[in-house]
Amino acid sequence: MTAEIRDIAIFTTFAALAATAVMLVPGVAVAWLLARRDFPGKSLVETLVSLPLVMPPVATGLLLLWLFSRRGPLGALLARVGIDIVFTPAAVVMAMAVMGLPLLVRTARAGFEQVTRRYEQIAETLGAGPWRVFSTVTLPLAARNILAGAVLGFSRALGEFGATIVVAGSIPGRTRTLAVGIYSFTESGQDEQAAVLLAISVTIAFAAVLASNRLARSV
Amino acid sequence: MAAFDFDFTLEQGEFALAFKVHVDARALALFGPSGSGKTSALETVAGLRTPSRGRIAVDGRLLVDIDAHVNVPVRQRRTGYVPQDTLLFPHLNVRDNVTYARREGARPDLHVLVELLELAPLMNRQVGSLSGGERQRVAMARALYSGPNVLLLDEPLAAVDLPRRRRIVEALLGIRDQLGVPLIYVTHLPEEALTVADWAILIDNGQIVAAGRPRETFEAFGSFGPLRSAVRPIQDERPERSERFERSE
Repeated sequence: MTAEIRDIAIFTTFAALAATAVMLVPGVAVAWLLARRDFPGKSLVETLVSLPLVMPPVATGLLLLWLFSRRGPLGALLARVGIDIVFTPAAVVMAMAVMGLPLLVRTARAGFEQVTRRYEQIAETLGAGPWRVFSTVTLPLAARNILAGAVLGFSRALGEFGATIVVAGSIPGRTRTLAVGIYSFTESGQDEQAAVLLAISVTIAFAAVLASNRLARSV
Repeated sequence: MAAFDFDFTLEQGEFALAFKVHVDARALALFGPSGSGKTSALETVAGLRTPSRGRIAVDGRLLVDIDAHVNVPVRQRRTGYVPQDTLLFPHLNVRDNVTYARREGARPDLHVLVELLELAPLMNRQVGSLSGGERQRVAMARALYSGPNVLLLDEPLAAVDLPRRRRIVEALLGIRDQLGVPLIYVTHLPEEALTVADWAILIDNGQIVAAGRPRETFEAFGSFGPLRSAVRPIQDERPERSERFERSE
């Protein structure tokens, strides 16, 4: 295995882990809000969160490119404080997180909806405030679903292609991921390299599913 | 002895519960057919349901006064609630269930509860492995460890097989007498009410149809037969306080 291939595998794994970490807190918070609260604009939030599932990933990537390019509404703000996202490793993580988020939110939301409110009410009768009820009752009882959602989000991030190539490109040693790498190597006729990346993809996916099954049993 | 001071109406869709009880007692038994409103009454006192009108006070401590916009939040009520299905936290073991409450203020020592409710052999068990009676005792301990001013129990004997019922009844008597925690509990079993309660309230279809000392009240209802809503209320007089029950209109 060449150093380039090894670096692509390591970079992709870490980027997907980072994307999972980035989406976890907002994803769980949004899932809880959608499961437990009624608020104005709830259906808008529901739609926005699910949008990347339905839209072509390339279109999502284009949207992100527009938002975060130096002349884009968010990119201009970030540029002012010296942060440039587009075509950097951060763009890879962002694309992965945006594409993985809907899966995390949907799965975690189902988990929160399965937790009967009565457990939470009992905790309240025992004097627990809202945060303690959430952290000691709701969250642990929904943990299995949240974990499953995180694994789904991670898996989605690992294989992300369309949004990544638009917003981060395929810069060797900088933003090239497994999926993007397979495409780039195949395009340039480097079939052997592409085949090695394919084998690595299968191995990582296999390990992720195995680990998630084991974790799910232990929670 | 605690002063129960309840006068409230709970409305839920078509169903309305009118609950008016003013009595000094150690244990109230709520008795009546399924769907009569017994559980709703307990949950209203616990704060899980909000009445449309009225007042709830236990031992002079005001919990609800709709007119005065008083509605003490559930977590500050100090009303221990043991639902019929116990709702032990499935992800915690017995010890962590019992010691869940972190509330400041007076509450029974853990070892007193463990002894009274015979929990020592259960403390490290997972709640999924407990029998119906064991679950009840653990749920009672969990509620008591929060230092409640009143313990609300919804059919504590329902999921307990006959030979083990005695143990639960003894636990109830211990809570009432040793710990001095007043009880309100829902039951279908007149003999349990006779042993534990010193005031019985018969509810049918959201109305209190009779209230009084358990034996007299049950006797007036024809040897513990199923409640008939047509039965007239029984009058009962006690010297220390002019308790009254009213047929709620």
